[in-house]
Amino acid sequence: MGANHHHETFPWKHIVGFILSLVLTFIALWVALSSGWTIKAILGVIVTLAVLQAALQLFMFMHMTESDSGRVQTINMLYSFFIAVVVVAGSIWVMWFVL
Amino acid sequence: MKWSEFFVTGEPLIYAADVAIVLTVIGIVFVLTYFKKWKWLWDEWLTTVDHKKIGVMYIISAVLMLFRGGVDALLMRAQLTAPNMKFLNSEHYNEIFTTHGTIMILFMAMPFIIGLMNIVVPLQIGARDVAYPYLNALSFWLFFVGAMLFNISFVIGGSPNAGWTSYFPLAGNEFSPGVGNNYYAVALQISGIGTLMTGINFLVTILKMRAPGMTLMRMPMFTWTILITCVLIIFAFPVLTVALALMTFDRLFDTQFFTMANGGMSMLWANLFWIWGHPEVYIVILPSFGIFSEVVSTFARKRLFGYKAMVYSIVGIAFLSFIVWVHHFFTMGAGAAVNSVFSITTMAIAVPTGVKIFNWLFTLRKGKIRFTTAMLWSLAFIPNFVIGGVTGVMLAMAAADYQYHNSYFLIAHFHYVLIAGTVFACFAGLHYWYPKMFGHILNERLGKWTFWLFMIGFNICFFPMYFLGLMGMTRRMYTYSEGLGWTPLNVVASVGAVLMGIGFIVLCYNIYYSARYGERDMTGDPWDGRTLEWATSSPVAHYNFAITPEVKDLDAYWEMKKSGKGFEIDEEKLKPIHMPSNSGRPFLISIAFFFAGFGLVFKWFWLAIIATIFIALGLILRSFDDDDGYYISVDEIKRTERLSGKGA
Repeated sequence: MGANHHHETFPWKHIVGFILSLVLTFIALWVALSSGWTIKAILGVIVTLAVLQAALQLFMFMHMTESDSGRVQTINMLYSFFIAVVVVAGSIWVMWFVL
Repeated sequence: MKWSEFFVTGEPLIYAADVAIVLTVIGIVFVLTYFKKWKWLWDEWLTTVDHKKIGVMYIISAVLMLFRGGVDALLMRAQLTAPNMKFLNSEHYNEIFTTHGTIMILFMAMPFIIGLMNIVVPLQIGARDVAYPYLNALSFWLFFVGAMLFNISFVIGGSPNAGWTSYFPLAGNEFSPGVGNNYYAVALQISGIGTLMTGINFLVTILKMRAPGMTLMRMPMFTWTILITCVLIIFAFPVLTVALALMTFDRLFDTQFFTMANGGMSMLWANLFWIWGHPEVYIVILPSFGIFSEVVSTFARKRLFGYKAMVYSIVGIAFLSFIVWVHHFFTMGAGAAVNSVFSITTMAIAVPTGVKIFNWLFTLRKGKIRFTTAMLWSLAFIPNFVIGGVTGVMLAMAAADYQYHNSYFLIAHFHYVLIAGTVFACFAGLHYWYPKMFGHILNERLGKWTFWLFMIGFNICFFPMYFLGLMGMTRRMYTYSEGLGWTPLNVVASVGAVLMGIGFIVLCYNIYYSARYGERDMTGDPWDGRTLEWATSSPVAHYNFAITPEVKDLDAYWEMKKSGKGFEIDEEKLKPIHMPSNSGRPFLISIAFFFAGFGLVFKWFWLAIIATIFIALGLILRSFDDDDGYYISVDEIKRTERLSGKGA
């Protein structure tokens, strides 16, 4: 509280990030529904698009470059990465017996 | 859709509930109109962004939900008391255990904990509100409409009936065609959004808004547990969000994520559910550890033993909580390697938890113990929780789990950790911090009655279930035959459940009795407390602290008292206080969420779309909102402080 919340300039970063996110999402949707590629190719492309979009949002919306403390950001990112690996790789490993 | 399908029909119990709901609504409207309280309700509660009032609303909701979930539990116990009972049919029983579990975890334990943290955390860290007060109001109202949406299911459309875990394929359209499980998917989603925002809000509050001098290692233990809980919320709830979204798509739009056919994978739901679900149980237990730490330290009149070890244990538990989820489905068949790894990580959690148990015991050692109600709950927690924990380690052994899995042994285990952990903590915290909320103390005599009735009833109810489980009684069975020999223990369990119910009634009477006749807390520090919340008046002024306190020690207020100064307010140093303005928008946006959710449940997409437009409108209006809050003048602060007896 008390801080001045008004931005001096138009929030270009957020608008561009938002539009790029929409574009990436619609590309993924098109690839999945109407590209007619092989399943493996579709999976590869949409996973790549997902990673790209996650990175994009981190920089455009999540103030990755704005912190005064690099250490906090590093711990945050490492822990997020750890959880992402646990959830994704862990799930694949656990569910391997039905795959 | 016919009206007879829209409303649940054919059950006398439901008709009675219909009548009760109509009468209650008429009663509330009448009382508010007769006493001309509508404006008061709107100005003081529906539009408030004050963390203390939001906390109180969370706790009131939680107590209401405890009643609802408790009635469900008593109905189940009635059905199971004797063999071949015809009190509930199998379908009705399925609905009741589903709503009991979902409500108790998500709409009772969570809001009770979040309510206490709303009230206490800003006070403990010497802040005047949370980092995002507007967001906080939105969090509460989203939780509230989510809970209400879930609760109306039993009279409108039909309750969810696939268990609180809602495993596929049972929870899919093929086996559960009605709208009941849509309620589960949508209502949990709405309240989950609220919880996620609470997590972010309090993480920022604790990291950014501590009083000068309060380093991380000088934070009260309750605040520490909330900090870590927020990290758990932020990392775990998105998994639930995604899983519920996939479930919603499966149920409403016929996608095939969790179906049996067309490449769907029903077991993936169980996997995703527990990736969220296991951290979730730590989300409700870690704050409980924090509450017990505060209470034990205050009423043993000693500094918390092994503060640093406590902090590291919480961090360790939080870390481990993300890598144990498979122990909920060892029997699914993932194989020896997977089961062994998760078995070991699960048992490892017992180590930091054990460290904490010993720290509480050493805090008590040579302490000057006062047996207040809050302290009784905390002392009872230790042995009862250990019973739950030790049986948890038994369940953690994957090979043995094939015997215990989904038996009453499991039911007994998780009630021993959740009730003796979370529910005892909620009651301890309620008695302990009650003066901060309402300015009077909950009657100790009635409080002790509640404690003994509930605690003894709890053990009578759940201890026999360990043996019922070993005798072969499985979870979620709605009746059993006479020859199995389970009748005596089931009768005992039901007696315990009734005792717990009586304990709850005494608690409710205590709330009424104490409001009328309870001892007013004139000092603001009725328990001779150690942390900063006791430096404020009771009830707390809406700006919390007239001047920001300076922290020199872990037990900040204790140190102030020992150095003979207390927390004095020098009127010369007062400055105008900047506070956030009330807003009705969080409430209205949440109402729109309710209608959007209701539309989705019944696939009335026109309603969902219209309501979503209103949600978007609310968000857009908020982003053009220039209200920066207001200032409380020095004169007004002086008046308030003198009235409370704190000012010079």
